[in-house]
Amino acid sequence: MARTYFTEDHEWLRVEGSEATIGITDYAQEQLGDLVFVELPDAGRAVSKGDTVVVVESVKAASDVYAPVDGEVTAANDALSADPSLVNSAATGEGWLWKMKLADESQLDGLMDEAAYKALIG
Amino acid sequence: MGDTGDLKHLPLEELHRAAGARFGAFAGWSMPIIYPAGVMKEHLHTRESAGLFDISHMKLFAVEGAEAADALSRACPLDAAALQPSQSKYTFFLNEEAGILDDLIVTRAGPQRFLVVANAGNSAADEAHLKAVAAGFDCAVTPLDRVFLALQGPEAEDVLKNAGLDLSSLAFMHGIEPREGWFASRSGYTGEDGFEVALPATEAHAFAETLLADARVMWIGLAARDSLRLEAGLCLHGQDITARTDPAAAALMWAIPKPVREAARFIGAAALADILARGAPEKRVGLKPEGRQPVRAGTGLFDGTGRPAGRVTSGGFGPSAGAPVAMGYVSASLSAPGTELFADVRGSRVCLRVHPLPFMPHRTRKG
Repeated sequence: MARTYFTEDHEWLRVEGSEATIGITDYAQEQLGDLVFVELPDAGRAVSKGDTVVVVESVKAASDVYAPVDGEVTAANDALSADPSLVNSAATGEGWLWKMKLADESQLDGLMDEAAYKALIG
Repeated sequence: MGDTGDLKHLPLEELHRAAGARFGAFAGWSMPIIYPAGVMKEHLHTRESAGLFDISHMKLFAVEGAEAADALSRACPLDAAALQPSQSKYTFFLNEEAGILDDLIVTRAGPQRFLVVANAGNSAADEAHLKAVAAGFDCAVTPLDRVFLALQGPEAEDVLKNAGLDLSSLAFMHGIEPREGWFASRSGYTGEDGFEVALPATEAHAFAETLLADARVMWIGLAARDSLRLEAGLCLHGQDITARTDPAAAALMWAIPKPVREAARFIGAAALADILARGAPEKRVGLKPEGRQPVRAGTGLFDGTGRPAGRVTSGGFGPSAGAPVAMGYVSASLSAPGTELFADVRGSRVCLRVHPLPFMPHRTRKG
């Protein structure tokens, strides 16, 4: 059974076992506007919480997407190279950014559930 | 988007709010950056139909008097007396070093009356500068508070005609005062045909509503204004041109006719002549990054051997070009179209080629 967590940086994590799929929230994609390029990580890269893993570029500006927890990148969503707008049209689905193996599942306890995230964005 | 505490607010702000605009700070103003349609659609809509921009942050001055033309020909590298009635000219205020204090459009509104459109960010300095220059001449400089709207795109002429403002007889880069307190010119910042209309705030709300009632019109924010002007190869003062760049390096000498250069009446003429005699060491060029990754303003450029070659001054994604586009300054020896340069974007090497400007051909209506 997958569980979904949220961060204050407007990311979502869908956790199944010890692997998480990560993307940005619908709120975040709306704030960023039309994306034109997504810089993706290589599989195998070890990341620490707070590291920049992905850079999403809109027409006007580039924004960093951070690792919400420690772990190792296992896959990136290569479909975004051809069509970055998937992040806009399906931020929580086909527009996922990367998958990672969790190094410390207890870090998930510091993240928000959907209700808390909805309260945050108002 | 910065502190919004001390920002000036547009007279039509409520209209923008009602349209769902997201605001941001620009040149001391709280400006609509983007509307719900999004920058991509706004940009493309402008090229296909008619985009309405609130540019009330821009500054309008009237310069009037027996020696108004002489004052402007001193303040700008311009022969103001040679302008035909209603003719507009792109020009500058230069400092003594020929640095560009601002870029402007000057229009002859009457035998002794000229209208000057200047940038928001420089408006206070421009006013002081223009008044200081004009003090030596028989003329008065009057700032005009107006709502300023730009309607840009192939449908603009017809939309305005339907709204009761028939400007079809105006050629591009011409302007008139069609009503008391109004100024309308065929000009713009998108590379498309279009118009810029300044009008009293009391009449602006109704006029904007009339335009918006036309299904071909939508509001366009500053984000798309920036991508449109970048594709059109047009400079943003403060970014692509500054007080530390001169018209020769900025590849804007086309705006300064040879007789004006030779008469050398304008502030900065001697310095500009020196620069031209020596040759500008760097030149503003278009830059086309390979691939999809935009290369942003401030990014350094290198030649094939890794030596510094210049810098990007504007860069982003061109929705009509369907690719990243940029402009910047490069060493004169590296300014030929096709020259391969490199940028370091967050650790990855991106190749850019010098590209002729504009990226999208202008579709303005010549006289």
